[in-house]
Amino acid sequence: MEGRQAGKESKPSSVSVDLQGDSSLQVEISDAVSERDKVKFTVQTKSCLPHFTQLEFSVVRQHEEFIWLHDAYVENEEYAGLIIPPAPPRPDFEASREKLQKLGEGDSSITREEFAKMKQELEAEYLAIFKKTVAMHEVFLQRLAAHPTLRRDHNFFVFLEYGQDLSVRGKNRKELLGGYLRNIVKSADEALITRMSGLKEVDDFFEHERTFLLEYHTRIRDACLRADRVMYSHKCLADDYIPISAALNSLGVQEVNQLKMSFLKLAEFFERLRKLEGRVASDEDLKLSDMLRYYMRDSQAAKDLLYRRLRALADYENANKALDKARTRNREVRTAESHQQRCCQRFERLSDSAKQELMDFKSRRVISFRKNLIELAELELKHAKASTLLLWNTLLTLKGEP
Amino acid sequence: MAAEREPPPLGDAKPTDFEELEDGEDLFTSTVSTLESSPSSPEPASLPAEDVSTNSNGPKPAEVVLDDDREDLFAEATEEVSLDSPEREPILSSEPSPAVTPVTPTTLIAPRIESKSMSAPVIFDRSREEIEEEANGDVFDIEIGVSDPEKVGDGMNAYMAYRVTTKTSLSMFSKSEFSVKRRFSDFLGLHSKLASKYLHVGYIVPPAPEKSIVGMTKVKVGKEDSSSTEFVEKRRAALERYLQRTVKHPTLLQDPDLRQFLESSELPRAVNTQALSGAGILRMVNKAADAVNKMTIKMNESDAWFEEKQQQFENLDQQLRKLHASVEALVCHRKELSANTAAFAKSAAMLGNSEDHTALSRALSQLAEVEEKIDQLHQEQAFADFYMFSELLSDYIRLIAAVKWEAKVQQGERDFEQISKTIRKEVGRFEKERVKDFKTVIIKYLESLVQTQQQLIKYWEAFLPEAKAIA
Repeated sequence: MEGRQAGKESKPSSVSVDLQGDSSLQVEISDAVSERDKVKFTVQTKSCLPHFTQLEFSVVRQHEEFIWLHDAYVENEEYAGLIIPPAPPRPDFEASREKLQKLGEGDSSITREEFAKMKQELEAEYLAIFKKTVAMHEVFLQRLAAHPTLRRDHNFFVFLEYGQDLSVRGKNRKELLGGYLRNIVKSADEALITRMSGLKEVDDFFEHERTFLLEYHTRIRDACLRADRVMYSHKCLADDYIPISAALNSLGVQEVNQLKMSFLKLAEFFERLRKLEGRVASDEDLKLSDMLRYYMRDSQAAKDLLYRRLRALADYENANKALDKARTRNREVRTAESHQQRCCQRFERLSDSAKQELMDFKSRRVISFRKNLIELAELELKHAKASTLLLWNTLLTLKGEP
Repeated sequence: MAAEREPPPLGDAKPTDFEELEDGEDLFTSTVSTLESSPSSPEPASLPAEDVSTNSNGPKPAEVVLDDDREDLFAEATEEVSLDSPEREPILSSEPSPAVTPVTPTTLIAPRIESKSMSAPVIFDRSREEIEEEANGDVFDIEIGVSDPEKVGDGMNAYMAYRVTTKTSLSMFSKSEFSVKRRFSDFLGLHSKLASKYLHVGYIVPPAPEKSIVGMTKVKVGKEDSSSTEFVEKRRAALERYLQRTVKHPTLLQDPDLRQFLESSELPRAVNTQALSGAGILRMVNKAADAVNKMTIKMNESDAWFEEKQQQFENLDQQLRKLHASVEALVCHRKELSANTAAFAKSAAMLGNSEDHTALSRALSQLAEVEEKIDQLHQEQAFADFYMFSELLSDYIRLIAAVKWEAKVQQGERDFEQISKTIRKEVGRFEKERVKDFKTVIIKYLESLVQTQQQLIKYWEAFLPEAKAIA
């Protein structure tokens, strides 16, 4: 359940804090199946909106179709002034599958019990990754559904309702390369724009946001990577208890004296401790790592918005210059004037909506961090208390024996 | 919200159902079991007997060959060390008699039982009952501490001197509290003396700690880094445990050499200690014992007991090694966790600095502080993991090896009856010691884990209101 809940908690509230109130369009991923390389998500929609033909309906979508939808939003000029919810990451079970395979290949030095436990752990890991990918895809859709402008997009309706395959094949190499190049050009462009002597940021708010976002994004990415490493070490630690417990068990089995009970009790203790430590690791993963990762992506989306606005500002500046030139030459002034006006309007439109979006981003971020940090602390306390109890009980038993 | 989801099948199998359990149970239950293959053998592979010590950094001793060269080496060495020096004879007699004694440095000193009485310490004349009473009474009013490692001298001739402090109310000592300075080779010298006198009689002499060329060289050349301080600390702790084990032995406690070691301010330097290091001896002995085993040995009824004990110790040894290896992995991962937590703490602090929402910024800084404290906790816990758990196990592995040798060696002894009685008693005492020792250390270790958890609770309880204060 925690995987799904993670999705719900990091849900934005750009319109209102309580999203549950808006029931006119409810989207969720009700089912998911993993088949070889692909994951098939069942997207279920409940809506009373007039655009749809039914009140409740489902379609099956794959990851590529989510990406298609995301790109459609990004490329749409109408949404240039909005933060486009970050695309969900591609489902990746490679590492987990490899580990399971390696385990299956067999290691003669481990006992049957150890093998069973390790397999159980890996299966749980696989399942956790699966749940996470479902949550990521779901939260993407839910943010779209919650946004007053984005939810009205035609492609979104198609995505939700169209029963057939959207025939969106995965990007081929050329397109992928094109995508990378576009990103490079974009960042070069952005750097260029901001250094252009003519381009002065007119608004303090945006100047502050730009500085803030650049730094924030870098640091949150760092924090996310390091949180991942902590989680990974914790998981390794928990897994270490498997062979320890097994060895203690064997020792207990072959002992003939008073140590027998002690060894067996210890074996049981380490097994229980393992489960607790495993839970600490997975809670850290969900409440900390995943949250940081989400806001890393979201802050990137916010940066993209700023870039688009800067681009619009540059266009506006250029249009001004062109107009001046046209007036000087007294040629095509009309064209230049209307162009300049269009650019101005566009820039202002973008600035207004960007301001709102960025403020929403902040409040979204604060709410989400607050919730996750509280839950993290509560869970850590819960596990620490459970561990203490377990330790006390074990100590009592050990001390009580002759 | 839908209740069921298809879990991903593993490999190519079809999806199956799974259920989600309440928190408090396992988070995930999977009934998928598509992996056809199973481990080839559940039994752990048998580990080589030679690999006695897992903590040794030193080079292996010279290959053991049952020939004259080695005998000469030992003849030379034991000359210095033994108190009394009866005539030595090469041991590996070619007699067809059942008295086949495996070649060991200790039995070189007392070739025949008849001449043994000469080299046995006078203390053996004391009534056995007295010693036994002490043993059963379990009142060993003696405490040993090894502390204050100090570097003496410079360059390659430098060495570490340790303070050995004894607190006791036993009458055999002239004072109730006293301390002396000893160096590592002194400990080895003590061990070889004790081994030479008691091993062949059937006593289990606790093995001395490992030599380490690498470790010591670093210390000698004055490399003041954390690894050499760690090394010195490891050694200090090992020496302390060694002495504590030795004085717990009622017979060894009576030994004048031990008393001299603990009490006298000057000690004649033990030389040729390289051949006499604990694991070195055991390694050679195991090889010798193996060679001897291949010869026919006359069995009698008592041997059934030895056989059983040998098997028991063999199994124990294997399992302990496995456990030890796993605990070492644990120590390693805990250190990693500590380092990663520290790195995360830093990045959380940076993030907190960047965050422009004041309350959230503060909370993130608090989180960074908590994580830093947790990092410290992990470090201390790793320390406890190692010193309590891991070292205990490696001590026991080496002790068991000594006991295994015992059982093997004495099978051929001529004066079997007397020795076997001693051995049985020793093994019995060892068993009791082992139980007590192990339990004590495990309890201490678990208590250290409790400490860690309680600290964690404190830290998170302090953090929670900060998180809630984010407005």
